[in-house]
Amino acid sequence: MANQEAPRKGFADALIRLGEKHDNLVVLDADCAKSNMTNLYKNRFPERFFNIGISECDLVGTAAGMAVAGKVPFANAYANFLTGRAFDQMRISVCYSNNNVKIVGHNAGTSAAQEGATHLPLEDISLMRSLPRMTVIVPADAVEMEKAVEAAYYHEGPIYLRVGKLPVPIVTKKEEPFKIGKAIKYREGSDITIISTGIMLDESLKAAGELEKQGVSAELLHIHTIKPIDKEAIIASAAKTKHVITVEEHSIIGGLGSAVAEVLSENQPAKLRRIGTNDRFGVSGKMDELLDLFELRAHRIISTANELLGHRVTS
Amino acid sequence: MDFSKEKGEFYNNLTKTIRRHIVKMTNHAGSGHPGGSLSATELMSVLFFEHMNVDPDNPDWQDRDCFFLSKGHCTPVFYSVLAEKGFFPVEELMTFRDVDGRLHGHPCGEHIPGVDISSGSLGQGLSVANGVGLIAKLDGSNRRSYCMIGDGELQEGQVWEAAMTTAHYNLDNVCAIIDWNKIQLDDFVENVKGVKNLGDKFRAFGWHVVEIDGHDIHAVNEAYKEAKRTKGRPTAILAHTVKGKGVSFMEDTHDWHGMAPNDEQLEIALKELA
Ligand SMILES: Cc1ncc(C[n+]2csc(CCOP(=O)(O)OP(=O)(O)O)c2C)c(N)n1
Ligand SMILES: [Mg+2]
Repeated sequence: MANQEAPRKGFADALIRLGEKHDNLVVLDADCAKSNMTNLYKNRFPERFFNIGISECDLVGTAAGMAVAGKVPFANAYANFLTGRAFDQMRISVCYSNNNVKIVGHNAGTSAAQEGATHLPLEDISLMRSLPRMTVIVPADAVEMEKAVEAAYYHEGPIYLRVGKLPVPIVTKKEEPFKIGKAIKYREGSDITIISTGIMLDESLKAAGELEKQGVSAELLHIHTIKPIDKEAIIASAAKTKHVITVEEHSIIGGLGSAVAEVLSENQPAKLRRIGTNDRFGVSGKMDELLDLFELRAHRIISTANELLGHRVTS
Repeated sequence: MDFSKEKGEFYNNLTKTIRRHIVKMTNHAGSGHPGGSLSATELMSVLFFEHMNVDPDNPDWQDRDCFFLSKGHCTPVFYSVLAEKGFFPVEELMTFRDVDGRLHGHPCGEHIPGVDISSGSLGQGLSVANGVGLIAKLDGSNRRSYCMIGDGELQEGQVWEAAMTTAHYNLDNVCAIIDWNKIQLDDFVENVKGVKNLGDKFRAFGWHVVEIDGHDIHAVNEAYKEAKRTKGRPTAILAHTVKGKGVSFMEDTHDWHGMAPNDEQLEIALKELA
């Protein structure tokens, strides 16, 4: 089995490495420092860590002030409470003011697991994508997370970074370059394009491999930056395959699926299916049970591909 | 006035039973929040068994009293009290956090009898309690509205927006219960962002304040009675409690805020709660 690591661990490691180099990097949390692993940064740089308490709106506003004062703040909280509650603070104090604040939404997707619906962030990408000037990054695993944190620090402007809590397989490569806004092609193919984001890269790789065995040539694009999205890569691939499937650990409304639909319908109409959660709330369950329940699995990608291509499926 | 000897005995047994449920449920799930559940056990038990005007056979009855668990993570104590009160079978408690069950990590107002609102995003409960309080006044109903809030949760601005609303509208039918266990997720509340002089804060906002030992069933009972008697303004019960109360190794530490006991730890806990 592939190596597993919690994305939040990659996040914390990268943050500390950057903190060693740059003393303008400050970190804030909203009473979830243990869970978000920002307490590792706190232990290393106690004077550059601020626990604002259970006050997400206050957290984002304070981070904006720190940016005004010339620092590069990383504001951390659970993704739902951060993006839902502090949306207006992000809109006005961060984005409209164009402040260099990094918003870090933790417990991403199904990694909130047994906490259930209130804690499962399935709409955060959608919310963040709608904000002018916001860059939205959803890494696939702990290795890519480290590169994303680094890129976020050096990027000038607001960023939303989505970080998962529980261990997931490492599927990306250390040496693979990471550039904000640039898709990564994991497989060449000619029949269908699978576009994944976040941890769904793992299931998408499995699905593409299985499809190959079935005689379907699948191209696989990994989109770690949902905004700005890599239009050229999407258009070029769709022009070739004419069939596209998006896969995300998020609602199909407003996230990757919507972003790709916008690009395709205006530039390169293609047959499209969006895989994600279907306009519903989560429930409590182990992460694997939730991925099964929502059918965020390779088998669904495979059956969707065959359906889209008009193949009769024998199972 | 103290409970009678029999009543006192009843609550001693009930709170022990509920504490046993709490540790068993979190052990079953392998996750959950024992600390803030154990601290709220007396407050919740006396409220539901002595004061709340509810009917487990008719949970949606219009004129019932409402309860809002604003600190929604404390489902182990909430579900246990509801089950013991008869809202659903006690055996169902052992489906806590199961993917195919309805006893989710945080309460779902739609699916669980006795749960009046979904919660789990801290800070929202008191506003909802005010909504019921305002409509009770409008409808001329005697129903009361209770809301339990964590001390760390008081850091959410919405709590104080709501506290102003309660006082402004003289909602004497609204009662806020603060589980003042001095600890939140990361640390002691005073180390994260202090809520010192809490009585003065609520009084300054126009509330009547009762400060009690939240593990003394007699004091808890008297506090709810005083809240009912107090007219013209809302009452805040500031209950000094111990996070993790009743299980020695869970007491007074943030370690057991959101962690479940393993089988070995469960056994020790159950011995202490025998
Ligand atoms: C809006 C929001 N922010 C953060 C959390 C995560 N969280 C759950 S419980 C908790 C600490 C609560 O502390 P306190 O209110 O003192 O509760 P208690 O001690 O009674 O368990 C935190 C930060 C949340 N559930 N909701
Ligand atoms: Mg507390």
